[in-house]
Amino acid sequence: MTLAAGILGIGLLGPGLPGWSAAAAVLAGRVAHEPVPLTPPAPSLLPATERRRTGPSVRLALAVAAEAVQDSGLPPEELDTVFASSNGEGLVITSILEALHTPDGAISPTQFHNSVHNAAAGYWGIAVGSSRPSVSLGGHDGVFATGLLHAAAQAAALGRPILFVAHDVPMPPPLDALRPTSEMFAVAMVLAPAGGGRGRFTLAPEDGAAPPPALPATLAALHDANPVARALPLLAALAVGSRAEVRLPMLEDACLRVTVAP
Amino acid sequence: MLPLRIAAITATSAMGVGLRATRAALLDRRTGLTPCDLPAMPGGIWIGRVREAEAIDPPAPLGAFGCRNTRLAELALRQDGFMTAVEAAAARHGAARVAVVLGTSTSGIEETERAWARRGPDGALTGYDFACTHDLHALPRYVRARLGLKGPCVSISTACTSGARAFLDAAMLIAVGLADAAVVGGADTLCRLTLNGFGSLELLAKGPTRPCAEDRDGISIGEAAAFALLERTGPGDAGAIGLLGAGASSDGHHMSSPHPDGLGAVAAMRAALDSAGLAPAAIDYVNMHGTGTRANDAMEDRAIAHVFGDGVPCSSTKGWTGHTLGASGALEAAIAAICVEDGLVPGCLGLARPDPAFGARIAVANQAAPVARVLSNSFGFGGSNCALVIGRLP
Repeated sequence: MTLAAGILGIGLLGPGLPGWSAAAAVLAGRVAHEPVPLTPPAPSLLPATERRRTGPSVRLALAVAAEAVQDSGLPPEELDTVFASSNGEGLVITSILEALHTPDGAISPTQFHNSVHNAAAGYWGIAVGSSRPSVSLGGHDGVFATGLLHAAAQAAALGRPILFVAHDVPMPPPLDALRPTSEMFAVAMVLAPAGGGRGRFTLAPEDGAAPPPALPATLAALHDANPVARALPLLAALAVGSRAEVRLPMLEDACLRVTVAP
Repeated sequence: MLPLRIAAITATSAMGVGLRATRAALLDRRTGLTPCDLPAMPGGIWIGRVREAEAIDPPAPLGAFGCRNTRLAELALRQDGFMTAVEAAAARHGAARVAVVLGTSTSGIEETERAWARRGPDGALTGYDFACTHDLHALPRYVRARLGLKGPCVSISTACTSGARAFLDAAMLIAVGLADAAVVGGADTLCRLTLNGFGSLELLAKGPTRPCAEDRDGISIGEAAAFALLERTGPGDAGAIGLLGAGASSDGHHMSSPHPDGLGAVAAMRAALDSAGLAPAAIDYVNMHGTGTRANDAMEDRAIAHVFGDGVPCSSTKGWTGHTLGASGALEAAIAAICVEDGLVPGCLGLARPDPAFGARIAVANQAAPVARVLSNSFGFGGSNCALVIGRLP
């Protein structure tokens, strides 16, 4: 079973990868990768009161989502969305866990509603005034490929473009010891059932674990430092723009074969 | 969407382990809610606790998955011949053609809460497997491994619509041919984060929740696991129970308060009816999200009255189970299936008459009536809305 999709727009943020056009030059090997720490921008799309309530995970998601939608030229409020994140709102959840274990155990109501896994999707809906359906997925180390397959399936099922956003930030202590994630990384794609100015690909789930990626040293390190950065072999193939086949991790016994068409 | 056959369905909540007990509690109007006796929870509240799950262990090869959420999921999987039905589907289609799409809001976070409480001076969390418990993907990974399936594995977490979204999202995977069948549903379990979180929002009822009552005072939180097996329909399926339609929307309004006029709820219900190709009059019963809070029940009443007028009986069954969060959409899909099979409109528990300000037709007593199609609502934080239509296949 294979599923085809086209890319109408891309957004990307990672250390030394500030937006798709700058990142594409790095990923295609035309410019050296210089990993510099990333600070997710404050989401200018949100009203000030809502903006103040957002943390790095939501900010990262909104930044790449806005870039991808702008790149596609489509109205943001007309796109169904698929969000995917392994660690989700781990920072907020950890801060609630800390509060629960203080003597009075009181937690903040704003933090509680910000702790849901679909917080980024909720803020995106508020930011662009969208009433379109939205789903938020987990996926551990397979979060990018699982989300990509899911979003491509929705684009095909609905016969219209979908906004796919994958985003992950590091877990704070003490959870970081159990779920090591040392860098921030997020990617968004506006996916269409066919066509696409930013590239086309077919997807096929396969048995067996994904092989180690063929990436230069700094990108290979980033690949391992964030579950969403497991997208890097695909992003590098899209940046080069020639026919390529990559396998991305989904589960310990399953991967996603992505065949990029020129 | 093309309707899908619900080849098997099961539910375990405070109102009953498996469908037989669930059905009996529904008919007898017997709540599963009890005063909260778990430590470190807000005072004076009632909960829907499934004690039977607490002694269950996952089979040894999957021992790393042991946590409250896995134990409840395991107990639910063992009911109503569900595992046998999935085994037969895997034999028919191939294990790689059966997807697992499950919703949860907090997964096995209760295991991290326990580890946190026993932390030593170095502050380290020890004694459990994070990826197999706390992580959102733990639930579908466990169920997929337990059932020997090899198809797509999806964890959905859209707060309190998670279990309903699983039906909608799996239907899309089947529609595009990524799977021929799917195990869908959800599991969510009692934990300190959720109960104290709703406590911080001052949304918990003092006593068992009484959705749609004039003097309703909030939510009772419960836990549940519910699963369904969805397959394409075949010849001879007319009259069998199926998923006839599903629709979703976003409020785009506020993170925890619904749009006061229920615009998002209206959009989700209309999308579900459209996807089923049905007019509102074709619905015989609406199972409300009906959490028992003042604002949410009032919003949902306005939204239902907008779509259905006062012509369709509606009720919330959360008086039996409590609000089971990310499992509620799946649990209430199973309740909807019972209502269709038995010809039952359950009335809300614990009230003599509905809020007189409400415009929808709220049922407060059980009524025997032909029920061919049920619309089931789920709404959640982040402005997430989802409605399912469960009923007899045409």
